[in-house]
Amino acid sequence: MAAVPAAETAPLVAAPVARAAAAPAAPAGRWRRRARRAASLGLFFALWHVATESNLAFYVRFQNIPAPAEVLAEAVDLFGTAGFYVHILASLERIWLGFAIAGALGIGLGLLIGWFRFAEDTLLPPIELLRPIPAVAWVPLSIMLWPTERSSIVFITALGAFFPIVLNTIHGVEGIDRQLVRAATSLGAGRAAIFREVVIPGALPSIVTGLSVGMGVSWLCLISAEMISGQFGVGYFTWVAYGIVKYSQIVVGMLVIGVLGMVSSVLIRAIGARCMPWLPRRVKDGA
Amino acid sequence: MTDDSTGRIEIDDLSIAYGVNGRRVEAVRRFTLTTTPGEFVALLGPSGCGKTTVLNAVAGFVQPSNGTVVVDGEPVQGPGADRGMVFQQPSLFPWKTVLGNVEFGLKMRGIKKTLRTSRAHAYLSLVGLTGFEDAYPAELSGGMQQRVGIARTLVNRPRVMLMDEPFGALDAQTRLAMQELLLDVWREVRTTVIFVTHDIDEALFLADRVVVMTARPGEIRDVVTVKLARPRAAEVIATAEFMALKARVFAQVREESARVLPGRRR
Repeated sequence: MAAVPAAETAPLVAAPVARAAAAPAAPAGRWRRRARRAASLGLFFALWHVATESNLAFYVRFQNIPAPAEVLAEAVDLFGTAGFYVHILASLERIWLGFAIAGALGIGLGLLIGWFRFAEDTLLPPIELLRPIPAVAWVPLSIMLWPTERSSIVFITALGAFFPIVLNTIHGVEGIDRQLVRAATSLGAGRAAIFREVVIPGALPSIVTGLSVGMGVSWLCLISAEMISGQFGVGYFTWVAYGIVKYSQIVVGMLVIGVLGMVSSVLIRAIGARCMPWLPRRVKDGA
Repeated sequence: MTDDSTGRIEIDDLSIAYGVNGRRVEAVRRFTLTTTPGEFVALLGPSGCGKTTVLNAVAGFVQPSNGTVVVDGEPVQGPGADRGMVFQQPSLFPWKTVLGNVEFGLKMRGIKKTLRTSRAHAYLSLVGLTGFEDAYPAELSGGMQQRVGIARTLVNRPRVMLMDEPFGALDAQTRLAMQELLLDVWREVRTTVIFVTHDIDEALFLADRVVVMTARPGEIRDVVTVKLARPRAAEVIATAEFMALKARVFAQVREESARVLPGRRR
């Protein structure tokens, strides 16, 4: 085939388009937003401080709740000991292992169930049956099922993340515009190419949503499982602190869970956004 | 560039019926049409008359109930890249850039990256989109998206380009500009075109032959040969020759539309 002559064939003037909302916020606006967010956190700690200092007892009782300063001092102590890192690393290892297993299985099965009727009929019924069971209810069975404490907790963690991931993936595949599939076939795509080039990228936004929700649920499950049946982990640490009346350690444990959970979610969303450069940025009202 | 040996479409005694809620709906009845290679044929008719169904049968998206569709001697079995489709909604892959969309068909044929990029560039230039290679479809206007759709189809050098009201969703000015652009592109990349529309001006302005269809079930009511000189510019619609053709076609389309929407008779 000869190359198409680059003729002056277009009477249409190509209108300049702005990269959709790609312009970063002005630096001044960005700093204002950071300041507002910092102030929000500051207010939270201030209210906590006031409530504990004044021994607030208006139905909820703050007498035994440690003040922010005590918690901070406890945190400094704990982070100076090697033992605390063992708990954190144990939890992180379980979360990533469980989440990775859930992600691989959930995305893989979700793509199959969403696209192939045979897979839907053969694989979906047990998933639908087990889905309403809270992961915590699996703890006793999991202890019997798995040889080690570590593997049973990873199982619980994976189970919790699996359901939102698989269901969102199915939903994403089923929502793919059939016209795009037709377009691909009339451009010469075979079955494998349609799966690779249309089904997977088409479902990707829902997959990322599923991963994001799944990450939250897997933290929930991990901490519950550790509290019930652990010898290590941040959940175990927090529960034990209650037993030995170390109240400020409870709060340190909780905050560590909060920070780790938040960081994991931000990570998932950042990776998701990087994988989907075609999606327009979220636009909200106000500066 | 011009290759007049391919693009002969023989639609013979085509009937298509399908079931809707247990009722059998006859969309197309005894439709027979042969195009010569490189010909521009418009299918014109009231909405719901089955013109898109004819197009879908040539594309291989629907199976005939009766009759055959043969393209260059080969019976149509299913969809394929030799019969490219441009849809009313551009249906670009949102996750691919403009370049990625245009390269898609070449990638499916296993053509290596450097070669497909240079071919895609050539076709993007043909539709006036040089400089937009890295944009995503969502960043383009409707008219620009449809130009990507045309480039994406033509880069495969199909035997026939099937166009299903491709400019129907565009505003009047953009539609006119797109019609002129299409004629310019078609002059460069001579392929058979079957163009579905319900717009009489559009059909007469673009086509060599206009097939006027009846209301459902779609049969051929008339085939109007348009002998207006090419290249055509928008001014042609004001000529007496165009007006005469339009009057003839208009009367027929009006009668067919009245059969779809009964109640007002003259």
